[in-house]
Amino acid sequence: MTLRRRQGRALQIAGVAGVAALALAGCSGGGGGGGDDAEALQVLIGTSGDAETEAVQAAVDAWTEESGVPVEVVVASDLGQELAQGFAGDIPPDLFYMSWDQFQTYAADDYLEPYAAGLDNAGDFYPALADTFSYDGELVCDPKDFSTLGLVINTDLWAAAGLTDADVPTDWDQLASVAQRLTTGDTVGLSMGAEYARVGVFMEQAGGGLLTDDEVTADSPENVEALTYLQGLLSAGSLAWPTDLGAGWGGEAFGNGQAAMVIEGPWISGALENDFPDVQYTVAELPAGPSGQGTFTFSNCWGIPEGADTADDATSLVEFLTSDEQQLAFSDAFGVIPSTETAAATYAETYPESAAFVAGAEYAVSPIAFPGASEVVGEFNTVVPTLATADPQEILATLQGQLEDAYSEVE
Amino acid sequence: MATRAPATARAPRRGSTRDGESRAGWLFISPALIIVGVFLIAPIVLALWVSFTDWNGRNSPLFNDNVDVIGLDNYAAITTDDRLTRDLFGRAIRNNLFYVLLVVPLQTALALFLAVQVNRRLLKAKGFFRTAFYFPSVTSSIAITGVFLFLFQASGAVNAVLAWLQVDGPNWMADPRGIVHVVIGAFGGGEPGGWDAPGFLGVSAWEWAAGPSVAQLVLIVMAVFTTSGTFMLLFLAGLQSIGAEVGEAALMDGANARQSFFNVTLPMLRPVLFTVLTLGLIGTWQVFDQVYLTRGTPAAATLTSPAYMAYDQAFTENEPGIAAAIAFVLFLIIIAFSLLQRFVLCDRDEPSRPLLRRRGPRTIASADGGVAQGTARLRAGPTERGTGG
Repeated sequence: MTLRRRQGRALQIAGVAGVAALALAGCSGGGGGGGDDAEALQVLIGTSGDAETEAVQAAVDAWTEESGVPVEVVVASDLGQELAQGFAGDIPPDLFYMSWDQFQTYAADDYLEPYAAGLDNAGDFYPALADTFSYDGELVCDPKDFSTLGLVINTDLWAAAGLTDADVPTDWDQLASVAQRLTTGDTVGLSMGAEYARVGVFMEQAGGGLLTDDEVTADSPENVEALTYLQGLLSAGSLAWPTDLGAGWGGEAFGNGQAAMVIEGPWISGALENDFPDVQYTVAELPAGPSGQGTFTFSNCWGIPEGADTADDATSLVEFLTSDEQQLAFSDAFGVIPSTETAAATYAETYPESAAFVAGAEYAVSPIAFPGASEVVGEFNTVVPTLATADPQEILATLQGQLEDAYSEVE
Repeated sequence: MATRAPATARAPRRGSTRDGESRAGWLFISPALIIVGVFLIAPIVLALWVSFTDWNGRNSPLFNDNVDVIGLDNYAAITTDDRLTRDLFGRAIRNNLFYVLLVVPLQTALALFLAVQVNRRLLKAKGFFRTAFYFPSVTSSIAITGVFLFLFQASGAVNAVLAWLQVDGPNWMADPRGIVHVVIGAFGGGEPGGWDAPGFLGVSAWEWAAGPSVAQLVLIVMAVFTTSGTFMLLFLAGLQSIGAEVGEAALMDGANARQSFFNVTLPMLRPVLFTVLTLGLIGTWQVFDQVYLTRGTPAAATLTSPAYMAYDQAFTENEPGIAAAIAFVLFLIIIAFSLLQRFVLCDRDEPSRPLLRRRGPRTIASADGGVAQGTARLRAGPTERGTGG
């Protein structure tokens, strides 16, 4: 019995020592940052699904064949966290998806190699996208693709309400009236996520916005007008937030038939195909507000860590991946819109049902994303669901103060 | 430590073997020491350092020209600066405080209740019940949160059951109203004047008094459901070490079931109770999984915890310094609560003190003392009450 126990103890200690040795070896091995034996580029992506992973892998393989440089595609489960860990450990991936909302923060902290301005294709991207990924007036990284918001309409419910193609709303008044006509017992006319990334487009259409020429303008009369308009729809019952309908997001409320129209981006087509294949729909541009049309664009760019030894290889891989034919291949595979104007035009011809999303790119702007803004936007998002009964002026005054605090840190 | 006088006399002979032994001892514990040092002590010291710097998360926080020591600025950002970050921290503390105040007593009481039930000698299918109650503890909290989110949807199973009872259930996870506010509102009350001014940590008195939100109640129920199984095991171990004769003795002394539980069993379970409460406090102050999974839901602002906020500051806001400061404030809070709990549990009444000192092999011996005291108090009980009334 005692002998047995002693043996067990010895085994335990040996095991612990072994684990410790492994752990220490692991530490020292990781510090090299990809030594000379493994010249493979590491590409870290946050994928929307197998289709995207496979498409990126195929594109990368094609480039490897051309250049002879091996590439390893790594799928992140939490892209922001894995990037932060990579940078803290000084072993960032050689190329990665950089999302629009984190871009300014990363650029401000000198994380990113500003490789894009000098490339031949620098002038080919949509100006709104180039703006999104510029820091100090210089394009830092190449936009990968983009999405805009459009008005997604359930055609069956549309026809049932006696509406025709001529009734597709082009201004706020028409939107309010069709939303009212589409509102029946179980269905609301319009729904969208209760967040800045949706509500904000109405601010743009009203001629407002949270930031105008380096000045925080959250409490402008235009923004008040936008929120008041939405409040009117809410109290008329023709607009409801997805959670109030028991749905997780706009696309689910739309697929369930609880909302006849939603404001969403091109990603909705994939979701509807998977979960609600029977729903018939069409996409229109968002109606214009008092100051004209407005929508948001969301995008990722191909980020390269600042000062990386592999930056040259990574840059040539980016040039390959952002070429028109490669971007169109991505579009075919998982439905994103190419970031260059020429490729997007081809895309709009190939997929006329998504043409409205492409058209939005002409006047789209990027939601605010300066360092520290995400915290304030997050706070605003917790207030939006209460808009039905809250005072828009008061909401925006609070937002103005918080945003000014955050923006003063940036300058 | 050893007795002094004989030690000097025998020093030469024993010293050499002791030296060899202690060297071997150090050698054998060195793997554990190294692991604890590398993976526990070093990260804590490093995090403490980061909490005093403006490190931006790039490269090492040590020996880095871009890193400046900024003193207590990170701590000021979450405590004294009149800014959103401070308000968010205040709200996270408030949310977590209500969570702790409800979860810890409820899970402890439920765990004790379950342990007593499955410890009954007459219970059939003990194994089944023990497994069933313990099962939620070994299931991934991510999976359980997912299931709970489904159950508590606006049109979910819980509201369907409530509908049978003619109760119109709330839209649980989307409801940020504090339950105290709901109750006051039900009686037609509202916010008393002046209570909405920003108070401690930027949170108004009215908000401090809000109670947990309806959405947080779901998380509270879930936490009680998942953790009471673990603590039931601890209580069960404690109950089984008490032995049947103690209960028999109490019975002989004329105690009924309730008296014998509250005056004999419970005092003897104090060490276990202490452990359960301490573990419960630490676990609930560090709540993260559920908060992470419910981020972005409409009531998310009433669910945040300091642990989640530290994650958010580190990885979304890119403010590792503030994140580390939050972690250390949380650490201090947990220590303060543990000390408070120790104080409350130790000094409440004199006779039970020896019980608390009881440790390890002396259990059985001092358990007898416990019986004597328990029975003594049992006898004293009625007379006191009689004269008092």
